Amino acid sequence: MNWLAQHRLALGLVIGRLARTPFSSLLAMLVIGVALSLPLSLYTLVGNIKAVAGSAKLEPQITLFLTPGASADSVRQIESQLKKLNTVGQFRFIPRDRALRELLQDTGLTDVAAGLDRNPLPDAFIIEPQSADPGELESLRDALLELPKVDNVLLDTVWAKRLNAMVSFGRDVVLILAGLLGFALLVITGNTVRLQILSQRDEIEISTLIGATDAFIRRPFLYHGLLQGLGGGLAAWLIVSLGLQLLNASIGDLAKLYAAQFLLQPIDPKDILSLLAFSSALGWFGAFLAVGRHLRKIEVKP
Amino acid sequence: MISFSQVCKRYRGGHEALKNLSFTVEQGEMAFITGPTGAGKSTLLKLVAAIEKPTSGSVVVSGQNVGKLRRSAVPFLRRNLGLIFQDHKLLYDRSVLENVLLPLHIAGFPRAESLKRARAALDKVKLLGLEKANPISLSGGEQQRLCVARAIVSRPAIVLADEPTGNLDAGYAGEIMEMFKSFNQVGVTLLIATHDEQMIARYGGKTLHLNHGELHP
Ligand SMILES: Nc1ncnc2c1ncn2[C@@H]1O[C@H](COP(=O)(O)OP(=O)(O)O)[C@@H](O)[C@H]1O
Ligand SMILES: [Mg+2]
Repeated sequence: MNWLAQHRLALGLVIGRLARTPFSSLLAMLVIGVALSLPLSLYTLVGNIKAVAGSAKLEPQITLFLTPGASADSVRQIESQLKKLNTVGQFRFIPRDRALRELLQDTGLTDVAAGLDRNPLPDAFIIEPQSADPGELESLRDALLELPKVDNVLLDTVWAKRLNAMVSFGRDVVLILAGLLGFALLVITGNTVRLQILSQRDEIEISTLIGATDAFIRRPFLYHGLLQGLGGGLAAWLIVSLGLQLLNASIGDLAKLYAAQFLLQPIDPKDILSLLAFSSALGWFGAFLAVGRHLRKIEVKP
Repeated sequence: MISFSQVCKRYRGGHEALKNLSFTVEQGEMAFITGPTGAGKSTLLKLVAAIEKPTSGSVVVSGQNVGKLRRSAVPFLRRNLGLIFQDHKLLYDRSVLENVLLPLHIAGFPRAESLKRARAALDKVKLLGLEKANPISLSGGEQQRLCVARAIVSRPAIVLADEPTGNLDAGYAGEIMEMFKSFNQVGVTLLIATHDEQMIARYGGKTLHLNHGELHP
């Protein structure tokens, strides 16, 4: 019999076994699913925060100050340059007169103004960049500084840096959690495989006595681990998707109060595939470790 | 076909089960090992099937030094042997037919071919009508015949039987022996452990008398 048929046979055997004990099979998968849903939900939240970071409401502002006494011509020139830069979103011009007026109104320093013999403020542009990425902001600032008659460019990136730090902290937590819970998955799979091996002691012993290879004995257990991991991954996906739906129902109400449009995005299909691959691989590996340990223990000595 | 030379077997506890054993069983022979309980009959058969390894000396089966086989080669040796165990070693959680299918399944035969062979083997031991039964529901004689069917289903060149008629009454024991005789007639080499001297007298053949692990001529 060829290689493929051997594997099909083992797979069929395992599916049969799982189907014969549906309750405990599903329970094991559910336990794995719950364990995996923790890092998965955090991962999804971090992804959503990143998406929010990219949304317009939180765009940082760049303030571009012209050199004092820049002519109306230079203002127009800069305006046309800004239109050309595709990293620049919206921008508006604040003439120095208006800037002074607003400043005086806001601070109530009208008396001080009376003491000034001329307006000390420069013309300015307020710019909303396209991207919130700190790296891109820096390079945009450098580009703006190159423009003629530009005196200074102020960049407010503190919030973006904070958010970014938060996102990367979140990512680290996801990694640590995934590591820890991946270990839990190994233990859970190892335990179910151990019980399987114990319950099939006779079959393993007899099969070995009548010519079964180690690979033949191992194969069904490895498939068992793999399928259980896959089932656990599917369960985690289901749990997190359900959680997102529930959260979205209440977030929708909240967002309406702020007249905002915001919903948590579902899990990316690519991420679902990675999740399933990760959980299946870990299930297989857990079974591999358990089979190695426990088969050696029941090594045939009739 | 099977050749022991100066074989000693000492178990881990220090007990010497076989002492300096030398003999040969030729291809196509039907040989008996006899002796009281504890004489070392089972141990001898286990050495042939590489279930135990000799402490010293060599056990050669079909030209292979079985005691020196790599672990990964042992399964392929066993697939060429038909083993009948003293304690049956049947699987009681599946049908008679599934029990007979197991060796074929392990050797990787396609399902259809396996079914054909398994039914033929069950037919030979007159259990065809019971293929769906659970072995636990079979009588002692029927269980023993099931063991025989499982041992011969992959058409091995050598059959090793450990007290195959051990706790059967004379009628059943005779049936089993007739089966062995018919296998032997088609060229199968048999090595049968028994303490039933009467049976040996009836079926003749080479006989190895064991006592305390030693061969008595
Ligand atoms: N696994 C074992 N470990 C230690 N001693 C054993 C083992 N198997 C058998 N023996 C001993 O070896 C001797 C021969 O046993 P065995 O080959 O089973 O004899 P028989 O089959 O002729 O009754 C006995 O004294 C038995 O106690
Ligand atoms: Mg014995």
